[in-house]
Amino acid sequence: MTFPMPDLLPAAPEILVLVMACVVLMFEAYAVRGQADRSEIVARPRVAGYVLTLLTLLAAAGLTAFTANGVSATTFSGMFVDDAMADLLKLMTYLAGIAAAIYSRQYLADRALMRGEYFALLLFAVLGMMVMISASHLLTLYLGLELLSLALYAMVALRRDDAVAVEAAMKYFVLGALASGLLLYGMSMLYGLTGTLELNKMAATLAGGVDNPVVLAFGLVFVVAGLGFKLGTAPFHMWVPDIYHGAPTAVTLFIGSAPKLAAFAFVIRLLADGLQPAHADWQQMLAVMAVLSLAIGNLAAIMQTNIKRMLAYSTIAHMGFLLLGVMTGELNGYGAALYYVVTYVIMSLGAFGLILHLARAGFEADALDDYKGLNSRAPWLAALMAILMLSMAGLPPFVGFYAKLTVLQALVGAGWIWLAVVAVLFSLVGAYYYLRVVKLMYFDTPHSHEPVLATPGDARLLLSVNGLGVLLLGLLPQPLLALCLEAMRLTYG
Amino acid sequence: MLENYFPILLFILVGLAIGIGPMLLGWVLAPNRPDAEKLSPYECGFEAFEDARMKFDVRYYLVAILFILFDLEIAFLFPWAVVLEQIGAFGFWSMVVFLAILVVGFVYEWMKGALEWE
Repeated sequence: MTFPMPDLLPAAPEILVLVMACVVLMFEAYAVRGQADRSEIVARPRVAGYVLTLLTLLAAAGLTAFTANGVSATTFSGMFVDDAMADLLKLMTYLAGIAAAIYSRQYLADRALMRGEYFALLLFAVLGMMVMISASHLLTLYLGLELLSLALYAMVALRRDDAVAVEAAMKYFVLGALASGLLLYGMSMLYGLTGTLELNKMAATLAGGVDNPVVLAFGLVFVVAGLGFKLGTAPFHMWVPDIYHGAPTAVTLFIGSAPKLAAFAFVIRLLADGLQPAHADWQQMLAVMAVLSLAIGNLAAIMQTNIKRMLAYSTIAHMGFLLLGVMTGELNGYGAALYYVVTYVIMSLGAFGLILHLARAGFEADALDDYKGLNSRAPWLAALMAILMLSMAGLPPFVGFYAKLTVLQALVGAGWIWLAVVAVLFSLVGAYYYLRVVKLMYFDTPHSHEPVLATPGDARLLLSVNGLGVLLLGLLPQPLLALCLEAMRLTYG
Repeated sequence: MLENYFPILLFILVGLAIGIGPMLLGWVLAPNRPDAEKLSPYECGFEAFEDARMKFDVRYYLVAILFILFDLEIAFLFPWAVVLEQIGAFGFWSMVVFLAILVVGFVYEWMKGALEWE
């Protein structure tokens, strides 16, 4: 058997990111060689890693945008697909990667973490996400997931002398391995049932009816449990707060943003693409997971005193909302979920970016008390944080409101009125802890009156753009919403 | 029907003979002067019997994991080499790309000093 040479063009951004990740790693390797004699030169290759990462992500964004034409292109013998949803999600992933690099630079430099490894791992994680987003085959899906996960485990443990970070990394690794195991077990059952790993063919086989619905149900349970772990939805959420808390904030920012896009792609590819005919079966499981996530996420967040932990629980709640959109099993719901995850990533980047912005050497700014009276110390930062918190709470006129509204509309449209009511009720509970941050910043007296340290101009500018973007996207929600719905329509319509 | 399995029977017998033969020869022909060291079970580098929960150098782990990495590479290379004529240019270049990525990792670990024992 000979293999035909595949069309490499649809995978051009992936190839670019892979090559550049290797280049960044080589820069780091040779930088350390020179450390023994002349240490001042070492700083330069490390900055080179940072600059190369930014340039790579920009170039990949250019490539993706340039080749985006709304037509699905399949290559590598049906393992890899480049379609409208993939292009949109990949562009958002690059954006999150760029923002993560810019926000974290000062933080990393303060903590001697500004190393080529961080950026190489970041690029490998981005590559893993890109592969997941473009997967049309269970093997590619799993390959991307593992590449992403392994890079993230290492990133969490990057500060290896810090006991909390190492514990977080260990937990992440063990639970991640367990989740991968569940997922693979489920996938193997699906393979045994349908005889194919290709998602389209799997859907076609399932649509023709299966001999053994029990095996299908078993496979689905394992696959959905694995997905739940990776998304961080209850009851598989135990790792999320610990990892968000324990990881260096720069890494938390990255984990809390881009991987959500990839996880969304994973859910859509697997459930909406490969397992659509079994929709009635997985819908129930997603509904249970969504309600539990909304309840646990919102209620547990109230009790937190650490803002990273609080945002971790808020993530769980947001992922529950995302599942509500997916569980409708309709194009509208998928589009709403896509819009929800894109806007959530923008808000999450801003919120963690602000925590990074307030942190300095020896001070993490991750206790809620650190935000007391922020308005009197740094009014602009407090205003940005208020915008982000109100948007996450889902108040108009911020983008978070429209994201929630779209999902609820899709939910009601699909006839799930009681679920929509539950979602609204728990969002009300959630509003409490977001508003508490606003209250702390504006109505409490600060612990210390020392001014917030001057941070790099580019990070400050990006933070302002990010915060104001949340407001602007809320005032003019239509373009992004239309883009998300159109991408979904082109892909699965 | 059953005679088709004769080569397998032969194979098993020859295998047993080769396995047992040298041990028998050694037992019969070799000088036999046991002492405590010779009779103790052999394990490289460690005491054979002690508490399993002991500290050992993390470098063992590093070497072991690097060994697995490159050992697996060989496991991919052999079948690839056997069917090289049939898999065409794409099959050839896929492996070259795979090896190139491995070389990047190899250069990195070398430069970082992971291969230096002392």
